[in-house]
Amino acid sequence: MIPGSNAPEATSRLPAHWRHRLAGDHAALALRAVLIALIGLALALSSDAFLSTANVLNVLRQASLIFLLAAGLTLVILCGGFDLSVAANLTLSACLAAGVIKAGFSPWLGVVTALACSTAAGALNGLAVTLLRLPPFLATYAMLWILQGLAFHYMGGQEIFGFPPAFRALGTGFLLGVPVPVYLMAAVLVAATIFMRSTNLGQEIYAVGANPEAARLSGIPVRRRQMLVYMLSGLMSGIAAVVFLARVNAADAGMGEPLLLPVIAAVLIGGTSLFGGVGSVLGTVLGSIILALVINGMNLLDIRAQWQPLVVGVVLLAAVMVDLVGRGRRERIG
Amino acid sequence: MPVSASSRSVRRHARPLPAILPIGLLLVAGALLAVHGFASARNIANLGLQASILLMLSMPMTLIIMSEGLDLSAGAVLSLCSVVMAEVLASGHGLAGALAASIAVGLCFGLGNGALVSLLALPPFVVTLGTLGIAEGASLVLTEGNAVSGLGTDIACLYALDFAGVPFPVLVALATWLFTYLLLHYTRFGTYVFAIGGNRDALVLAGAPAWAYHIAIYAFGGLVSGVAALLLTGRMNAAHPTVAIGMEFDAIAAVVLGGTSFERGDGRLLGTVLGVATITVLRNALDLLGVESSLQVVSIGALILLVIVIDSLRRTRRAQAA
Repeated sequence: MIPGSNAPEATSRLPAHWRHRLAGDHAALALRAVLIALIGLALALSSDAFLSTANVLNVLRQASLIFLLAAGLTLVILCGGFDLSVAANLTLSACLAAGVIKAGFSPWLGVVTALACSTAAGALNGLAVTLLRLPPFLATYAMLWILQGLAFHYMGGQEIFGFPPAFRALGTGFLLGVPVPVYLMAAVLVAATIFMRSTNLGQEIYAVGANPEAARLSGIPVRRRQMLVYMLSGLMSGIAAVVFLARVNAADAGMGEPLLLPVIAAVLIGGTSLFGGVGSVLGTVLGSIILALVINGMNLLDIRAQWQPLVVGVVLLAAVMVDLVGRGRRERIG
Repeated sequence: MPVSASSRSVRRHARPLPAILPIGLLLVAGALLAVHGFASARNIANLGLQASILLMLSMPMTLIIMSEGLDLSAGAVLSLCSVVMAEVLASGHGLAGALAASIAVGLCFGLGNGALVSLLALPPFVVTLGTLGIAEGASLVLTEGNAVSGLGTDIACLYALDFAGVPFPVLVALATWLFTYLLLHYTRFGTYVFAIGGNRDALVLAGAPAWAYHIAIYAFGGLVSGVAALLLTGRMNAAHPTVAIGMEFDAIAAVVLGGTSFERGDGRLLGTVLGVATITVLRNALDLLGVESSLQVVSIGALILLVIVIDSLRRTRRAQAA
C-alpha cells in the first residue's frame, strides 16, 4: 500500500463525515496531551534540570523547529502523498542563505533565498509526482539525495558561521520571555489549522488524500492540490532553515539530516495517517513536543549521542504502530 | 498451480527493453572516447570490484520493489553487518564465525522489516526508515563512532583471491545474480514475488500463505547484506559504522533504471544488472574526471529522471499505436 495510490475503497472517508468524528479526534488529542504530561513527569522525577524555565523553553524551541518541518509534511501526507526531502531541503536552503549573508548581502536577502530555494525544490517534487506520476516516496527520495548532493557540493566540506545579531534573533531571540521560534510555531499552527479546517482549499486537500478518485469526480483539481501541498512543504522547509540557521549560527552540509526521522515520527505520533485524509496540524504540534521531550530527555540523562538514531528509529516504528491502531481496520485482507 | 502457469506466460510476453540499454551504451562509448584511463586493464578490473557490492544489494532490492516495497535500510544494515563481522574477527574468532554473525544480524533486520511490512501492512518506506535509524544507531553504539581495524589477514586474503582470473568479489556477486535468477524464475517463491506485486489479495484468496513469502522477500535482502559484508569488510580490511549508508540509493536507482515498476509486479533482473553497470560506469568515469561524489549523486538523480521520462513517452506512444 503506497500513499498516493490508495485504492478507492481503501480509505473512503468523505468530508461530510468529519464533523461526526470530531469527538473521536478530541479524545485522540487528549491522549497525546496525557502522554506529554507523563513523559514530562518522568523526566522531572529523573532530572532536576528538566523543570527549569530555561530547559522548558529549550524544549519548546526544539519542538518548534521539528514542527516547522513537520507541519509541511503533515499537509503532504493529509493529501495522500509523502515528502522525504524536507530535511535535505532545509540543509540546502540554509547553506545557500548562509552563503548569501556571508557574502555581505542583507540577511533578508538570505531569508528570501532560503524560501525561494526551498519552494522551488518543493515545486520540483510536485511536478515529479503530478506530471511524471512517480510514487511520492520515490520522487522525494531522489530529491533528498539531489538536494543533499548539491549542499555538499556548495559547501565543499566547509562550514559557514557568524551572522549579524538581527538575523540571529530569529532563532535565539526572546519576546516577552518566550523564544521567537515558539511564536512562529504558534503562528503556523493557527494559520494551518484555519487553512485546513475553514477554507475550501484545505477541505479539498483532505478530500484528495481520503479518496483521490472521488475528489476528481467531484470536480476538485487533484493535481493542482497535490502541487500546492508539495510547494507548501518546501516553503516550510525554508522557514525552518532560516530559524535553524539563526539559532545555531552556522551552516554545514550535514545540519538537516538528523531531523528527518524525528519529523516523520512527530507527524505520525500526532495521529496523521500515512494513508491520507486523516489527521491534523494540531496533532503534529503535540507529536513535535513529544519528540522534542524524547531528545531533550536523552540529553538530560546523559545518554550518548550515538544512541540517538537508534532511539528515534524505535520511536518512529512505534509511531507507525500508532497509525496502524488509529486506522481502525486493516486495508489488507490477510 | 494456475497462478504459476498464468504469470509465467505473462512473463514470456515480449516487452521492449528498458531505455537504460541505449543510454548505458552511449555512456560507455562516451567514457571510452573522452575519459583518459577508462579503458586501461587496471580500471576495467576496478569496475568489476566497484560493481560487485552494488550488484549484490540490487538483486534483493529488485524483488522487494517488485513486491511494491522498498528497503531504505539496506545500506545501514550492510554497515552494521560489516561492523559485527569486523568485531568478531578482531576478537580472534575465525572467518566462518564472523560470516555467521554477520548473516544472523542481516537476517534479523530482514525478518523484522518483512514482519512489519507483511503482518502489520505498514508502508515499507517508513518501516525501513525506522530500521535504518536502528541499524545506524547500533553500528555507532558498537563502535563508539570509530572504525574497527586489526582484523588479521584472513578476510583481506579471501577478498584478494581469484579463480581463473575472476576476482572473488565478482564471483560472489555473479553467484548472487544466478541464485536470485533461479529463485525468481524457477521456484514457487519467485512466482509469488510477481503475484505479491501484481495482486496480493488474489494470492491470499487463492489460499497461498502470502504473508510468509512476503516476509521471505525482505529476509532474503537481509541475508544478502550479511554476505555482502564479506566484500565490504574485505575491501578495506576494516569496518566503519556508516560507510555503506547511502548505498541503498544506488541500489534503488539501479532497479528503477532497469525498468522495474513499483506498481505492477513487473520487473527484470537483467534490467537491474544493466542499471548497476550504468551507475558503476558513470561513477567511475566521473571519478576519473575528478567530479566529487556529491555531484555524482545529482547526476544519478538526473539519469533516473531521464530514463523515467523516456519510458513514459514510449509507453504513451505504444498505447496510442495499439
